[in-house]
Amino acid sequence: MPEWDYDLIIIGGGPGGLTAGIYAGRARLKTLLLEKLIHGGQMMTTDLVENYPGFPEGITGFELSDRMRQQAERFGLLIRSQEVLELKPGKPAHTVVLPDGQLTAGAIIIATGARYRRLGVPGEDKLVGRGVSFCATCDGAFFKDEAIAMVGGGDNALTEILFLDRFAKKIHLIHRRDQFRGAKYLQERVFEFEKLGKVEIHWDSEVKEFLGQDNLEAAKIRNVKTLKETLLPITGAFIAIGMLPNTGWLKDLLPLDEGGFIFTDVIMATEIPGIFAAGDVRSKLWRQISTAVGDGSVAAIAAENYLEELKRG
Amino acid sequence: MAEPLQVSDADFEQEILKSDIPAMVDFWAAWCGPCRAIAPVVEELARDYAGKVKVAKMNVDENAKTPAKYGIRAIPTLIIFKGGQVVEQITGAVSRSIIENALKKAL
Repeated sequence: MPEWDYDLIIIGGGPGGLTAGIYAGRARLKTLLLEKLIHGGQMMTTDLVENYPGFPEGITGFELSDRMRQQAERFGLLIRSQEVLELKPGKPAHTVVLPDGQLTAGAIIIATGARYRRLGVPGEDKLVGRGVSFCATCDGAFFKDEAIAMVGGGDNALTEILFLDRFAKKIHLIHRRDQFRGAKYLQERVFEFEKLGKVEIHWDSEVKEFLGQDNLEAAKIRNVKTLKETLLPITGAFIAIGMLPNTGWLKDLLPLDEGGFIFTDVIMATEIPGIFAAGDVRSKLWRQISTAVGDGSVAAIAAENYLEELKRG
Repeated sequence: MAEPLQVSDADFEQEILKSDIPAMVDFWAAWCGPCRAIAPVVEELARDYAGKVKVAKMNVDENAKTPAKYGIRAIPTLIIFKGGQVVEQITGAVSRSIIENALKKAL
């Protein structure tokens, strides 16, 4: 019988990691979940989650996170607030390196998620926290009765428009294509705001530069078809243009897709036996709370089967 | 001082700007998820640096003057003050090591 500190270590406490924790706890695996900040992941910055089944009135991201945590802890999941520095594969146990020591586990589930992508235009880095923001629910209230911009056209951008509308005087929605990718329902709501003159949509447009001395004062945008440049006077700019995976810490351990997301098979297994990946960190087409939950349950069941086989030798 | 000190517009100057030791203020609000995310780290640092750094929290919902004075337009924002001057400013939910490195620089 192989020996290790934990049967399973889950790295990351978003919906993928917490769901894996629920399943692992019910499988009676000795499981530890390590989270760098606090459980919940990106759910924590979502005002209202309306597309997660079982909550017909919607549920705040914070409450959904907390319910998932409670459910996982009920089945014995241990959660520690700790950053993982390195993962060293081994046989039969893998080693997780922490700032204050290391732990071994028979199986690992990587669920470290993704973070906001930046535009990479002049002025952006300088003005983050001074008008440029990646979190409407955090910073929207600082822009009461002001003119602001939202950059993006997916679910996140459109959802945030619906939230920002209660504060801002006017919202410029800047999108580089001629149609949105976000859910039709969200598009309909945004078009209603457009009719009321609250939202002005700039189709086929890219931000070229953010301008301002101490605080954001304007954005220079360019129409990609006509190449016409416009200066929008705004004090806030919210950016929702997709995600970057949190895989830098893995270095070259696992094969990654061109975006840096981890390749897995259908049971969430990576190239290394006993190491699985779940949620937004995985190479896949769509990233939703519901898909992360699906990944997490599959990864935990696959990890359980893997450990059974190891024990049988 | 084990717990972070709650400061307001009224006592900010006395508690933070005139503090004998460096002070770190966490500007936060109840509706901000990332603020909740870093709150445990701020509490840990208050314990670990007790006597060396005055760790405080200011609710931006209840206090408008101080956040406006420092041009805060995003939370969480952590500002480290030394002798009444801003020496470090960190915006967004970051890991303990990043905050701790900034604290050590100010010491």
